[in-house]
Formats: sequence, C-alpha cells, structure tokens
Amino acid sequence: MFGKLTWQAIPFDQPIPLAAGALVVFVIAAILIWVAAKGYIPYLWREWITSVDHKRIGIMYCLLAAVMLLRGFIDALMMRSQQALAFHAPGYLPPEHYDQIFSAHGTIMIFFMAMPFVIGLMNFAMPLQLGVRDVAFPTLNSVSFWLTAAGALLVNISLVVGEFARTGWLPYPPLSELTYSPGVGVDYYLWAIQISGIGTLMTGINMVTTVLKIRAPGMSYMRMPIFCWTTLASNLLIVAAFPILTATLAMLLLDRYVGFHFFSNEAAGNAMMFQNLIWAWGHPEVYILVLPAFGIFSEVVATFSGKPLFDRRSMIIATLGICILSLCVWLHHFFTMGAGGDVNAVFGIASMIIAVPTGVKIYNWLFTMYGGRVRFSSAMLWAIGFMVTFVIGGMTGVLLASPPADFLLHNSLFLVAHFHNVIIGGVVFGVFAGYTYWFPKAFGFVLDERLGKAAFWCWLVGFYVAFVPLYVVGLEGMTRRMQHYDRPEWYPWLLVAGVGVLIILCGIALQIAQLWVSIRTRAQRRDLTGDPWDGRSLEWSTTSPPPEFNFAVLPNVTNDEPYWSIKQQARARGELVTPEPEYAPIQVPRNSATGFVTAFFAVLTGFSLIWQIWWLVILGLVGAYATFVAFAWRDVHETEIPAAEVARIDRANRAARAAALREEAVQ
Amino acid sequence: MSAPALRLAHDPVFDPAGIAPPEVTGHGAGGPAPKRIIVGYGFWIFLLSDVIMFSAFFAAYAVLFKNTAGGPSAHELFDLRNTATETACLLLSTFTCGMASLAVGHRNQKWTQLALLVTGLLGLVFIVLEIREFTGFVSRGAGPTRSAFLSSFFTLVGCHGIHVSAALLWLGTMMAQFYAKGFRQDIRHRFLCFSLFWHALDIIWVAIFNLVYLVGVLPPELLP
Repeated sequence: MFGKLTWQAIPFDQPIPLAAGALVVFVIAAILIWVAAKGYIPYLWREWITSVDHKRIGIMYCLLAAVMLLRGFIDALMMRSQQALAFHAPGYLPPEHYDQIFSAHGTIMIFFMAMPFVIGLMNFAMPLQLGVRDVAFPTLNSVSFWLTAAGALLVNISLVVGEFARTGWLPYPPLSELTYSPGVGVDYYLWAIQISGIGTLMTGINMVTTVLKIRAPGMSYMRMPIFCWTTLASNLLIVAAFPILTATLAMLLLDRYVGFHFFSNEAAGNAMMFQNLIWAWGHPEVYILVLPAFGIFSEVVATFSGKPLFDRRSMIIATLGICILSLCVWLHHFFTMGAGGDVNAVFGIASMIIAVPTGVKIYNWLFTMYGGRVRFSSAMLWAIGFMVTFVIGGMTGVLLASPPADFLLHNSLFLVAHFHNVIIGGVVFGVFAGYTYWFPKAFGFVLDERLGKAAFWCWLVGFYVAFVPLYVVGLEGMTRRMQHYDRPEWYPWLLVAGVGVLIILCGIALQIAQLWVSIRTRAQRRDLTGDPWDGRSLEWSTTSPPPEFNFAVLPNVTNDEPYWSIKQQARARGELVTPEPEYAPIQVPRNSATGFVTAFFAVLTGFSLIWQIWWLVILGLVGAYATFVAFAWRDVHETEIPAAEVARIDRANRAARAAALREEAVQ
Repeated sequence: MSAPALRLAHDPVFDPAGIAPPEVTGHGAGGPAPKRIIVGYGFWIFLLSDVIMFSAFFAAYAVLFKNTAGGPSAHELFDLRNTATETACLLLSTFTCGMASLAVGHRNQKWTQLALLVTGLLGLVFIVLEIREFTGFVSRGAGPTRSAFLSSFFTLVGCHGIHVSAALLWLGTMMAQFYAKGFRQDIRHRFLCFSLFWHALDIIWVAIFNLVYLVGVLPPELLP
C-alpha cells in the first residue's frame, strides 16, 4: 500500500535529525496556526499564493531563498563545528549523518538558496527596468515558483522521513547507484531537483521571451539596463543547460529504478559520462548564478557613484562572452579523469580566458566609481566587498584552471575555499546588494542602514576568517568532506575557520535584526517618491511599492538612461516636466491557483516516487494534468483596473515627486 | 523579412493606448510585441530546450553505442521495415497536422476535427509500432537492462515515444477545446504551439532515423 514507506523511515534512534525535524515541524505548525488565527489565510491566498504578479512572485522567491539560507547555514555550522572537534576524535556527528549534511548543504545552497534568490530579484526588477507591465507568461511564472518550492519542500521532508543523499551535492555514480546507495536519500535528491528543475527551465523560457519581446517603446537592445542584459544571458544559459541536467538525472533515475546501465559498473556502463554530462550543466550553472549578480553590481555601482556605467558596450560584450565561454569549460571540474594532455590543455586555457571578460567588468565598475561622487551606503559596501573578494576568488580559480596544479589540488579544501570565495563573494554579496537596493521599491520603506553596514562587515570579515584557513589546509593536503582527521597541523586552522563561521552567524543575526527593526519603524522610513537612492533606471520612475500594473502609461525610451535624463530636466526646472497623461483602464492578468495546485500534485508525485507508492504516483500525475486542463478551459484571462484608480495612484506619486523637487529647489 | 507585417493585432495588455510606433526598426525599439508573437516565440525557446535535452540522450547513445557487454548489437537488432513504416506514419501526420492548421485558418470546425483525428490516429499507429518493436526486443533478451548500449537506445527512442504520447494527450485536449470553445484567439495560439511541437517531434525522429537506425544497420566494419 505505501511502498517502501514504514515507521522505520522516521529516525527515532537519531536524536539530532529528530530534534531538528521536530523543531521545524513545530515552527511551521506554529506559524500556520498563527496565520489562521489572525484570519490572514484569505488575504495570503488572494494576494500572494495565487498571485501571478511578477513582483509578488519575485518576493516569494526571495523569501524562500532566505529561509533556505538559514537551513543551509545551519548545515554549515554543523560541518565547521564537527571539523573543529574531530581532531583525533569522532566528533558529534556520525559519518552517515555528516555525509548527509554536506550533501544537503550544497544542494540547498545552490538549488534552493542561490537560484531562488537570483530568480526572485530578476523577476522583481527586470520587467520594471524594461518599463513593462509583466513577464511574458505570468501564470507560468507562478507555476515555476511553486515547483521550486515543491522541490525545496521535498528536500526538507527528507530531514524527518527517511534520509538525504550521502553522495555530495552532485551524486556521482557508481556511489549514487542502487548498489552503493540503496536508501531513499539519492531518490529524494533526484526527484527534488527534477521537479524544481522544470520550474527553473520554465523561468528561463519566460524571461528570455520577456527580455527579447516585451520592452517599453524605444528601448532598443543597447538601451536595456545591464541587469536586463545579464538576466538575458543567465536565462539563455538556463535554457541551454537545464535540459542537460534533466536528461542526466533521468538516466541516473533509470539506472536506480529499473536497472538500466548508463553509469553502472556492470554491463559496460560508463560512470565518467555522468561527470561530463552533469558538469556540462554544472559549469554554466555557476554563471547562471553570478551573471545576474554582476548585473546587480552594475546597477548599484552606477547609482551610488552618481555616474552612468563606464562603457556599457564593453560590459554587454563581456557578459555575452562569459555566457558563451561558460559552455566550453566543463572538463576543468575533472582534469584528473585522464582525458590526456591535449584535452586538458584546451579546457585549461578556455577556463583561464574567462578571466578576461570578467576582468573587463571589474575595470568597468572601478572606472564608474572613478571621478564619481561615491555614497558608501550598505548596498555599495556589498559591491565594493564583492570587487575585492571576487578578484581573489577569481585568481585562485585561474590557478586551479592549470591542469598540473589541479592534479594536486583536486577535491582538496583549497577547491572548497575557491568556490565559496566566488559564490559567497560574488553571488551572495550580489543578492544581498540587490535585496538592500530593491527592498524600498518592493515594500515602500528603506532598510536600516546602520544594522545593514554592521551585517556587511560581519559577513566580510567572517568570510575571510572562515575560508582563508581552508585555502591553507587545502595546500597542506586536506581533502574535502572529512568527518575526522589526525593531522595536528590542520587542527588550529580548522578552529579558526570555526570562529569565522560564527562571525558570519553574527552577520545573519544582524540581518534578521535589520529586517525586524526596519519593519517596526517603517513609518519613519517611508519612500514617498519611489526613488530613494537617486536611481537611474525605469524602476525608480514608478511608486514604491509599484502598483499591480507597474506604470500608468508605458514610458517612452529615448536614450540609455531615460529616467535619469527626465529627472535632470525636472531638477533644472524645479518641477515635473512630463504633463499628466491621459489615464486609460489597464488590463492585468487574473490570479490563478494553477501554480499552487500543480505544485501540490508535484509534491505528491515526487514523494510517492521516492517511496515507490505507485497508485499515488498515478493519482498525482492525473491531478497535475487535470489542473492544466482546468486552466486551459477558463474563459476570462484578465481583469480591468479602472482609469480612475490608475489616475489616483499616479497622481499621488506625481504629487510626492513634485513636492520633493520643490524641497530640493529650496535647498 | 519585414517585421511590421507581423504586428497583426492591436494588443490590449501591453499596449493599451496604442503608443507603440507602427514601424518596427528591427532593433527591438517598437515596444511590446503582440500576444501571438510572444506565445509563439516562447514556445520556440521551449522547443530549443527540448532539442538540447534530446542532444544529451543522443550523446549518451553515441558514447555507449559499442558498449554491448557481449549482448546484441544494433546491426543484429534493427529492422528497417518497421522503422520505415513508423517514419511514414509520422511524416504523413505532419502533413495532416499542416492541413489542420489550414482548416483552423479558415475556421472550419469539420475539417479541423477531421485533420486532427487523422493526425492523432497516425501518431497512435506510430506508438503501437514502437511498442511492438520494443516488446520484440525484450522477448529476444535484448531489453534495456541487457547492456549500456540497449539502455541508451531504449531511453533515446523511448523519450521520443513519450513525447509523442504526451502530444497525443494534448491533441485530444485541443480537439475538445476547438469543439467546446470554437476558434478563440487564445486557443488558436495554443494550437500554433501544438503544431510546432508536433513538427519538432518529426525533426527529432528524422535525426533518430538517421543516426540510430540507418547508422545502426551498417555492417560493423564500416563504422569507425
């Protein structure tokens, strides 16, 4: 009846996962009861869960990412404390549990923290920057989000029901084959990633179509903000790379479920093919993450330097150069495969070449700051911290791109330090900069700067204290994923790394405090004009938070920085230069529960596939199909916002902006 | 190609006031594209991603082609007569799918339903032939678990078969929608996507026919 699922799946004999799981279940139940008691459920259903508004979906993506950041960070704390304790000792985590923790840490941080965070920010900001009302396929956007959330839920269910993979964040065969991983851990991994991967692929399709086909009149390609360009490049990579992931994991699933021999040791399977295929996705993936972060830094650096970005054209060319090069370097993840000197040389040189367009970008940002009036707000601090940290991470990457060096450093903690250096220094700092920068646009009030800066310094210092020691022990020969060790020269460095992760913990605590304090004091932090940072691109030309329809009339773009140029004219004259437009009713897409219901059936299907409850699989698939047919059958796709409502919102914003202009003129 | 000709419909969602200039420069400065273009364009991107997924299966097949583990090879298994019939069914169905597009263009319910029905029946025959081929292989001890080569063969060809089956489900839904809702704009957009999907599956089949079956029946000494 219930396949492999029995009461033994619940880890009653293991206190740590059981207590953690019980705590999570308790917290979720408490939140749900609180929400229900306060009567918020209809509001949440109407305004958020069924919303197809790109801004709401973007915010929900970021919220999911923030929660998953906490989960993944707890894993990091456990790993660092285990290694700080496990010198000549077993530590407190048994090997099978430690293996699950590092696997879950990588999986969660990449797929359910970094990906949702960048996708959330792209979702929120990109249509606003393009000066349009929504993405190409609003309901599909909602389906994408909920499928990502479904994958995240499955990974977290594995904490309480069954186990997670013990294979690392990429399940290399033959270890991940049924022979060596007979439990459900790898299956949890595979189905969670397959389900959220479909969501990500649909996001890619949606955003590529949006950037290429839906822009404000006059916004030619070369006039698009850099963040839109990096969004385009990143989503092109999603479209090019995620299908390979789906195919590769499907092959592993076939091996595990029905005894195929793609990657097995028997019947002439080829395990190295898995590594080639998975990294043909995996290397573009890191650029899927970091290119949007580059875009965020471009916006932030230009805004807080009070200057247009230095040489946009070279920035765009560098972005697309990285986009293409990233597809040609996957083999550098396994130089030790033994492909031979020629092949390794080609991929080594290709990997080093990526440093060139990346270097171009660094100089673009530096020259933007040069001669500008730089305001060191917290968003700008993240950007500057990024520039320093990312350059160091990039240089260790160039070092690893040299095959002879890589043979020595392969799978060492030097590698772990390198990719944390670029992912924390690049992606995480980037999404935090974006979060600080666009928060007032999303919610209408500014985050507390003092706590934000304190959080930045904790993160920056904590990062170096945590990861420089890992470079050192990596050079001393310590391999990654060690549950215990007996080399005395590593011990002090791992203690230092443990202190570093505690400093990062302070940074996260300060960020939570920042959010809490800012919400409590939001009345004094209101952003009335919609332009709190003296911004340059179109998202700052509408109210904060923007109305459902984003713009009362679509802006007409006549140069690279349409909003900045109009703002400068208004400043010169001390009043608004654009006359009040003629307001017309606006059609917006109707809410739809399709995404939520599809995700419900996806979780059902995924869970029953993991535990091999076949009748429930069929039920889930039929339910998902029925949901799509029900959606396809509906007759009304849009609702109308009356012209009077549009006028009311826009007039209020125009009044606030006019008042701000007069105040500025008085000063 | 002159882009302005593509701007068929005035679009109420993205261009309510009609402020997009009528001339489209080709540099993307003409404002949001009409709905039909957006839907078709998005679906093309999806098809590209689907082709990339197939390319991974093709790559796996190429890598594992000789990994027969002492089991039967392609040369010993494949029967081109069966494949030829399958190919004929799919190519004919592409023709009838094109006829359905014409009928939709003329808003002719009877011919639309008829052409879609014939398309679906041809697709069904294809699936039945494929299942027969697969069960034949399995009964001769050449199932997907026999060797890495056969795993990759069954996955590549089977993945195409699953796509055709899903398309048949879509086709049935499409016929029901035309019947129940008529030739409404959003349903015509959906049909545009369906026909693109159906033709794309044909293109993938042409690749399978050439790279799997035609190469497979070559005598082993002719292969590199």
